Amino acid sequence: MVKIDPYKLASGCEGDSVKEIRLIDIREEILSDNQNLADEIRKKLRQNGVFMLNLMSSPGSGKTSLIVETIRRLKDEFRIGVIEGDIDSLVDSEKIAREGIPAVQLRTGGACHLDAPMIESALAAMDLGAFDFLIIENVGNLVCPAEFDTGAARKAMILSVPEGDDKVLKYPLMFSVCDALVINKIDYLGLSDFNLDLLKERVQMLNRKISIFTVSCRTGEGIDEWCDWLRREIAAYKNRC
Amino acid sequence: MHELAVTEGMLKVVLRHAERNQARKVVGITLQIGEMSDIVDEWLRRYFDYLSRGTIAEGAEITIRRTPAVFRCEDCGEEYVVNIKAGNGFSCPECGTNKVEMVSGREFLVQELKVI
Repeated sequence: MVKIDPYKLASGCEGDSVKEIRLIDIREEILSDNQNLADEIRKKLRQNGVFMLNLMSSPGSGKTSLIVETIRRLKDEFRIGVIEGDIDSLVDSEKIAREGIPAVQLRTGGACHLDAPMIESALAAMDLGAFDFLIIENVGNLVCPAEFDTGAARKAMILSVPEGDDKVLKYPLMFSVCDALVINKIDYLGLSDFNLDLLKERVQMLNRKISIFTVSCRTGEGIDEWCDWLRREIAAYKNRC
Repeated sequence: MHELAVTEGMLKVVLRHAERNQARKVVGITLQIGEMSDIVDEWLRRYFDYLSRGTIAEGAEITIRRTPAVFRCEDCGEEYVVNIKAGNGFSCPECGTNKVEMVSGREFLVQELKVI
């Protein structure tokens, strides 16, 4: 049986013998400032009984469509709001506003991800007492958003069938940090060689607690199961508040 | 792509600890970054050179220790390194099982400083 000490295997462990140089052991998260602010945001949302979801995916996988379908099914049960971070256009927030749901558009310019300070500024523009459920539509990107805690209670990601089942091998961090994976455009499955079982198997190897849903925002298939998961998560969250 | 934001965060942590330890100058910074993280070392160094100008960390040598992605098999206890970039999956190479757990590879730390 092989046991590995990953820290001994790490490269660049050479020493330094200059006497006046002091070595300070830190072991602090690189993004600790963002992390601390995200924890403050979580605390504030909890005090207000607001459940926040951070929704991430690559561009074109269906974030806005999933949000619209979710709103249609849940808007009579929860007071929903959306924080739009997807690049600097009003296309997405207009789609949300057409559903009668308040949307705050973050002016992110060319930013590749949302972080806790950006979410804090969005929340400052909202009356937290008027919401039960906030959805962050993160910037379309499977790399950068995975590293930045936004203060959300839960993280979810979408992978759409046309993107291919190998994305879990290329962007493993994103799959490993999320609480839920929504596989969208499942109605395309018959037209592709996407291996759904292999994808699920690999995702679960990276992240055993992840909940996986197969949906089509176009046909509506599977959206009810996703919304049931949200209902359960929001109910459990409210019980803890 | 997010190296600028990461470098800003790193510099804040470094300067905070350097100040707390009454350092005159930071000469070395060691980062521990897991193989799961998509950070381009070259960009991190370039942004650091730019952002640290005029601070006591200017000119510090950055060492990046890459922690390998190590998985443990729940069935046979084997621990093995997964080459993330190779994209061959995460199954146990000994018994082929999928009941595995990630042991390392997600580190994102400022590990130590060398200061004067």
